[in-house]
Order: sequence, then C-alpha cells, then structure tokens
Amino acid sequence: MFEIVAKKEWHPTITEFWVKAPYVAKKHRPGQFMILRINEEGERIPLTIAESNKEEGLIRIIFQKVGKTTFHLGTLNVGDNILDVVGPLGKPTHIENRGTVVCVGGGVGIAPLFPIACGMKEAGNRLITILGARSKDLLIMEDDFKRVSDEIIITTDDGSYGRKGFVTHALEDVLKSQGDKVGEVVGIGPPIMMKFIAKVAEPFGVPLTVSLNSIMVDATGMCGACRVTVGGKTRFVCVDGPEFNGYEVDFDELMMRQSMYKKQEQEALERFKKECPQAFEGIGEVA
Amino acid sequence: MAEQKPKKKGLNLNRLDMPRQDPKVRITNFNEVALGYTAEMAMEEAERCLECKKPLCVDGCPAEVKIPEFIHLIKEGKFIEASLKIKETNALPAVCGRVCPQEEQCEEVCVLAKKGAPVAIGRLERFVADYEAAQGEAKKPEIAPPTGKKVAVVGSGPAGLTVAADLAVLGHKVTIFEALHKAGGVLVYGIPEFRLPKSIVQREVDYITSLGVELKTDVVVGKTFTVDDLLTEEGYDAVFLGVGAGLPWFMEIPGENLNGVYSANEFLTRSNLMKAYRFPEYDTPICVGKKVAVVGGGNVAMDAVRSALRLGAAEAHIVYRRSRAEMPARAEEIENAEEEGVIFNMLVNPIEILGDENGWVKGMKCIRMELGEPDSSGRRRPVPIEGSEFIMDVDMVIMSIGTGANPLIPSTTPDMEVNKWGYIVADPNTCKTTKKGVFAGGDIIRGAATVILAVGDGKTAAREIHNYLTTGEW
Ligand SMILES: Cc1cc2nc3c(=O)[nH]c(=O)nc-3n(C[C@H](O)[C@H](O)[C@H](O)COP(=O)(O)OP(=O)(O)OC[C@H]3O[C@@H](n4cnc5c(N)ncnc54)[C@H](O)[C@@H]3O)c2cc1C
Ligand SMILES: Cc1cc2nc3c(=O)[nH]c(=O)nc-3n(C[C@H](O)[C@H](O)[C@H](O)COP(=O)(O)OP(=O)(O)OC[C@H]3O[C@@H](n4cnc5c(N)ncnc54)[C@H](O)[C@@H]3O)c2cc1C
Ligand code: SF4
Ligand code: SF4
Ligand code: FES
Repeated sequence: MFEIVAKKEWHPTITEFWVKAPYVAKKHRPGQFMILRINEEGERIPLTIAESNKEEGLIRIIFQKVGKTTFHLGTLNVGDNILDVVGPLGKPTHIENRGTVVCVGGGVGIAPLFPIACGMKEAGNRLITILGARSKDLLIMEDDFKRVSDEIIITTDDGSYGRKGFVTHALEDVLKSQGDKVGEVVGIGPPIMMKFIAKVAEPFGVPLTVSLNSIMVDATGMCGACRVTVGGKTRFVCVDGPEFNGYEVDFDELMMRQSMYKKQEQEALERFKKECPQAFEGIGEVA
Repeated sequence: MAEQKPKKKGLNLNRLDMPRQDPKVRITNFNEVALGYTAEMAMEEAERCLECKKPLCVDGCPAEVKIPEFIHLIKEGKFIEASLKIKETNALPAVCGRVCPQEEQCEEVCVLAKKGAPVAIGRLERFVADYEAAQGEAKKPEIAPPTGKKVAVVGSGPAGLTVAADLAVLGHKVTIFEALHKAGGVLVYGIPEFRLPKSIVQREVDYITSLGVELKTDVVVGKTFTVDDLLTEEGYDAVFLGVGAGLPWFMEIPGENLNGVYSANEFLTRSNLMKAYRFPEYDTPICVGKKVAVVGGGNVAMDAVRSALRLGAAEAHIVYRRSRAEMPARAEEIENAEEEGVIFNMLVNPIEILGDENGWVKGMKCIRMELGEPDSSGRRRPVPIEGSEFIMDVDMVIMSIGTGANPLIPSTTPDMEVNKWGYIVADPNTCKTTKKGVFAGGDIIRGAATVILAVGDGKTAAREIHNYLTTGEW
C-alpha cells in the first residue's frame, strides 16, 4: 500500500499527489515513470514521476483526468492508499551538456518534462522552456519551471495567458533566432503536438527527444501492448523508451493504437459517472 | 501395514475418463473444464497400477515423483498421505496434475502405455492434491531453526515458489520479489482459469508465505533494485533468478501493429491477471473480434484461442505452419479445443496483416506450406508453396509464436553471462550462474519449457543454495 501524503488541485481536471514509495523514489531518475493500480478491480496505468524526494521517500505525480481510472484517482485524498505502485520504469533520459537545450511541454506533458529540465540545467545547459496549454487555467507548474529556466515562454491556444498560439510557433521562433546554439530539443505532450514539433525542428537539424505515452499493461516488456514503430522497427515503449528520437517515431501509428479501447473507455467512464458523480464536480462536459 | 506386493490379476486396460464440462456449456464460462475424479474413481483407476519394481513412470517424471508409492496409498484410501508422498519431490502437485504434459512424461513410459492405456497418473496426482486442500490448511513440515542467512528469490513462478519453500524449511530467511502485483508467474498471468483455477495457485502461494517466506510484489529487479543492490545494500547472501521467458516474439510482418493484433501474452494477461473477462466490473478492457486467428501451435496458442471463444468470438482459428503431428501443444488441450469448435488451419503461414482505413485488422494474407527436409530439431521444415497466397477473413490476430528472455536483469548485471539468445547461463546440475552467489532456474535458463522443469530447477537450486550458504563454497 502506498500512502498519499499531499494533494493539490491545479484545475478540476488536473491533480497532483505526493505518494510515499521509498524504493521507487530512491532509484528514480529523470524520464522514468511508474505504474499504479488503485484497487483490486483497477487497471494498471503509467504516470511519469514528476519529481522525487529521496530523503523522505516520496514521489510526485501530476495527472490529467481523461477516463475512469484518472477520475477515480482524483477522488483519493491525503491519507488514502494506492494499492500498487511499481517503478521506476523505463530508461532514464540521456542527459549531457549540449550548450543550450529547449524543453517544450504541452498539457500534462509538462509534468514529465520537469525532471528532465532540472537534469539538463544541473548538467550545465542553458535552458529555454516553452510551456503550452489550451487556456490559462490549464497551465501547470509555471513556477517550478521558472526556478530552473534561463528563459521561459508560455503559450495558450486562446491567448488567455502568454503568447496566443501553439508551442510549435514559439519553438520555431526560438530556433530561428538562436538555432545555431541549440544542442537538443526535448518535446513532451500529446502525440499530435510532438508530431508537429518534429516537423518544425527538422529543418534546423537539431536532435529531438520525445517521450511517448502508449497504452501499457505490465510495463516490464512482457506483453507488447506499448509497441510502436520507431525508425522502421517495432519497439516497446516501456522498456526501450519512453524516450525516442522524435524524427523516427511513427506518430500516426501511436495515435491509432491509443484509440484501440475508445468504446470500452467511454463505457467505463459513463458507468463511473453514475456510480460516483462527485468525481466530476466542477467539470463541464467530459469528452 | 497393508500388503506390499501387487495383486496378481489380469491387466485392466480401462483407463478411467475424467468428467469434463460439456463443450457447449464450457465455452460460455471460464470455469475449469476438467472436473476431476471422485474418491471412488481415483481408487478404481489406482487399482490399475502394477506397482512395478522398476517403475518406468518415475524415469519419465522430471521431478521423480514417487509414483507407485503414492498410488499405493490411494488404493488404501490414504489420500492425504498420498499427497504428502508426492510433495516429497514436487511442491506443486495440484498444478502439475493439471498442466504437466503427462503423455510425454510419466504416462508415456508407464508399462501400460504399450497397451494404449497408461495409468492416469496426472489425474490421480490432481485428485489427492485437491483432496488434501479440501481438508483445510496444508500440513506444514518442521522448519529448521533460523540460520541467519537471507536469500532473495526473484520471480514468483513455479521455479521461484519452489526455491522459496525449500529454503524456508531449511531455516533461511527468504524474500520473494515479484514484478507484477500478484504472485504465481505464468500460472496466474498466462494459463487461464478454465485450465488452472487461480484459487489453486493462491493456495500454493499462501502455503509458502505460511512457511515464513516474505512476498514483495511490485518490485522489478533491474529497476527497483539491481541484483548487486540485493547482494550488497539489501544484505542478501544469495539470489535466485526465476524470472521466466516472458518477452513476446512477433513475426515482423507488415501490419503487426494494427489495432486488433495482440501478443498471446498481452491477450492472456488482460484476461487472466487483469480479469478483463469481467469488464466493466474490472477496469481493464479487452477487444475480441468476431473472427479470431491465433498464430502458433503450442499450449499458449491453445489457451489464447480457447479464451477468445469464451470471450465471445464467433469463429476462432488456429493458424500453424506445420502439420498436426508437429504441434507442440498437449494432446489433451488440442482435443479440448477441437471439441469447443476451434478451426485448425494447418500448413498455413501469415505473411501480412491487412488493415482498414481506421487501422483495424480486416484480414490476414497467408501462404500455404508443405513439409520439406527435417531441420536441426528433427522436425520437417515447412516451406512455402509458391503462388498459394490467400486471404483469411479475420478481424483479430493473436501472435503466439513463442517468447524469449527479458534483458532487464542481464543488462543491469554486467558480470553475469548470458548466451546468444539472451538466456542466463547456468549449470543445470547446480543452477549456478557465472556470478558468485547468484543462481538461476526455470524458463530463464532453458527457454520456454514446462512447469515441472521449473519446479525441478527450484529443487536443485534450493539444495545448492543451502550448500553454498552453509559451506561458503562456490
Ligand atoms: C510512460 C507514460 C507516462 C505517462 N505520464 C503521464 C503523466 O505524467 N500524467 C498524465 O496525466 N498522464 C500520463 N500518461 C498517460 C496516462 O497513463 C493515461 O492518461 C491514463 O492511463 C488514462 O487512464 P484512464 O482510465 O483515466 O483513461 P482511459 O479511459 O483508459 O483512456 C483515456 C485515454 O488514455 C489513454 N490510455 C488508456 N489506458 C492507458 C494505459 N494503460 N497507458 C497509457 N495510456 C492509456 C487512452 O489512449 C485514451 O486516449 C502517461 C502515459 C505513459 C505511457
Ligand atoms: C499461456 C501458457 C500456457 C502454458 N501451459 C503450460 C502447460 O500446460 N504445461 C506446462 O508444463 N507448462 C506450460 N507453460 C509453460 C510454463 O508455464 C513455464 O515453463 C513455467 O511457468 C516457467 O516457470 P518459471 O518459474 O521459470 O517462470 P514464470 O512462470 O515465467 O514466472 C516468472 C515470474 O518472474 C517475474 N519476473 C520477471 N522479471 C522480473 C524482474 N525483473 N523482477 C521481478 N520479477 C520478475 C514475472 O513477472 C513472473 O511472475 C505455459 C506457458 C504459457 C505462457
Ligand atoms: S509431476 Fe508431472 S510428470 Fe511427474 S508424475 Fe506428476 S504429472 Fe507426471
Ligand atoms: S509404470 Fe505404470 S504401472 Fe508401473 S508403477 Fe508406474 S504407473 Fe504403475
Ligand atoms: S507494457 Fe507490456 S511490454 Fe510494454
């Protein structure tokens, strides 16, 4: 059992926990994730470890409520327990001093980006951060990133905060003005965003790292649910990734595979709405 | 004591059938197919055993179960004693009685096999194990005083469970580390409920923890701890690796990443471990097509195809590139599958999976095969017949063409040797790896094998670990 020791609501659809998981915290490195299962009937879902406190044995997770499991998770409170937490999983980010690094995060992709940004900064890089959200109220972790970034650009789709537009526009500007100094771009967000980051960055010839969120079951390399084509080869995101060369990923296939259980996900969500209406308080229509 | 000599009477060749659920009924549920002998039936079948002086059957059993002895006890109605007799060499009789390929092991060489009616050793083994379980808690052996030594067992499949039990009885402090949230290995995530009820595996796990073994689930060795962490920081004196051969192979043909293509491991894990067959009561979903093709011919393929039927497939196919005679699955399971309506497509090999505009499987392009010259394994090699391509009308494909070694542990244990396929190198007589203090057994040293071979390795490893811990000699 893994106890929730702190909770923060960023938005009715975005929640943060600190969870007591000493072994996981001890070994955690940027880029890694964990798998959790809320209860006996629960699904195993992957969430990135956004930060760890090794002394106190805590890990930080930030999740967006998109379906049954994440809405259910959001109903838990400080003092409640999560039945299973496994990790840290996946390969850690390859971190080195490349001069200047641009970290681009969209939506809750901002959470997994944070430890990587910290690592890049620690390694001596000049850090430019670009964070994007649909609107101001959905933007998370701005203060966390301000602490470590040399330069930070915020974009919102509706212009309610920062620059109006997508992170890709901001990235293009950065690469145009100081592309020769940029040693690497790290982009994490919805697959469609990462696909366009790759389109924007490619002409500048900078290395691009992305982190993929395919559907997973065991996350130890045993099932192949997470497979995705990278550089023409099938790779398992849970053990070969989650980070890959962004120019080699077949994002269309990734998006297609993410939709495999749409029907069942919808059914589970509808059922949960009836069972537990309080989990949906303050939220309008959920897709 | 009762008489020791076999009764002199004519050979009884009426091998007693075991009752099974009606095929029409059983494909609508996940309950166990085979229902087991009653006490009367067990005693009747036991009477057929000649209690040979030189029992060939025992040579056929990798665990050297004392077969004539336990069958003798059944004849006397001493079922509990019979169960304990088996447990002297095989810790998992309720499991092995169900899933051992008996027709290639103990029963193949039983003297009565020549007459076409070997004693139903597996069914008897299963009966006494179930009988003992029905009497309540398993009898615990005497546990030796604590030795002060700590052993880490990695993986809770049949190999790991056996090592843990034997070492605990010898007085060592044993901790099992399991990556998944439930102990049992393939017995819980792979083999379906209808062939091996999960309550039986749980009973074995409970028994082992009752011996004082500590079970830590949710720990991935190689990630949460490395093998070296266990030997140093965590203070274990020896480590046993029983991590199985869980990495699924794909065919590397076009279309394999379409929606509706599963590895057998994923399909079975969703259904068994995550209980997707009870969705939405359980949260994990599973997709089942109307027409399902399972590619492969082993036990895993049979389990997948029969699960697909139970999950609602209207048509379930086996697609196998050799002929029926070469199929590695157990005869009994092939028969069960046939009875349940599985369609067998022999000498057929997929070459491409076809998708629709939304990325879902809509067919499978295959080619017909013929058997050519025998290959290195002695089996005749299948060769494609040119121009025989055709399209199978299916909307789901399950790849069940085998599994390999997971590199998680070897890649974080640089001073331990693996062979060219990635399996851990270990001496089968001692289970010693090339790294001091580290032992390994089961599928991770053999390649995908059987439960009873994993149990056998567990026995060997426990003996050798005990020896190493008490003498310090490597
Ligand atoms: C390595 C990795 C790290 C991740 N980190 C984060 C994070 O830090 N914060 C965050 O909010 N989300 C993260 N995700 C995504 C998160 O796992 C999914 O949002 C979650 O599983 C959805 O579950 P659900 O039951 O609430 O929704 P569902 O109703 O099951 O699904 C809604 C959406 O989530 C996707 N999804 C469903 N099941 C899974 C699964 N088992 N694994 C992955 N995706 C799935 C579906 O494709 C669908 O688009 C990460 C995913 C991966 C693979
Ligand atoms: C579907 C299916 C049907 C089968 N049917 C039969 C049958 O009818 N008869 C028969 O005799 N055999 C059968 N087999 C084969 C048999 O199940 C295996 O040979 C046997 O289970 C091997 O046992 P094991 O202890 O070596 O490993 P496994 O049973 O594979 O267990 C290994 C365990 O180690 C865990 N693990 C792996 N890596 C790590 C890690 N890094 N850290 C911590 N834990 C880890 C795994 O999660 C797993 O629980 C079948 C196999 C499958 C898949
Ligand atoms: S363990 Fe398996 S091979 Fe040995 S006697 Fe029992 S059923 Fe036969
Ligand atoms: S070989 Fe057959 S008849 Fe002889 S002891 Fe074994 S089971 Fe009995
Ligand atoms: S999630 Fe099962 S192999 Fe990656």
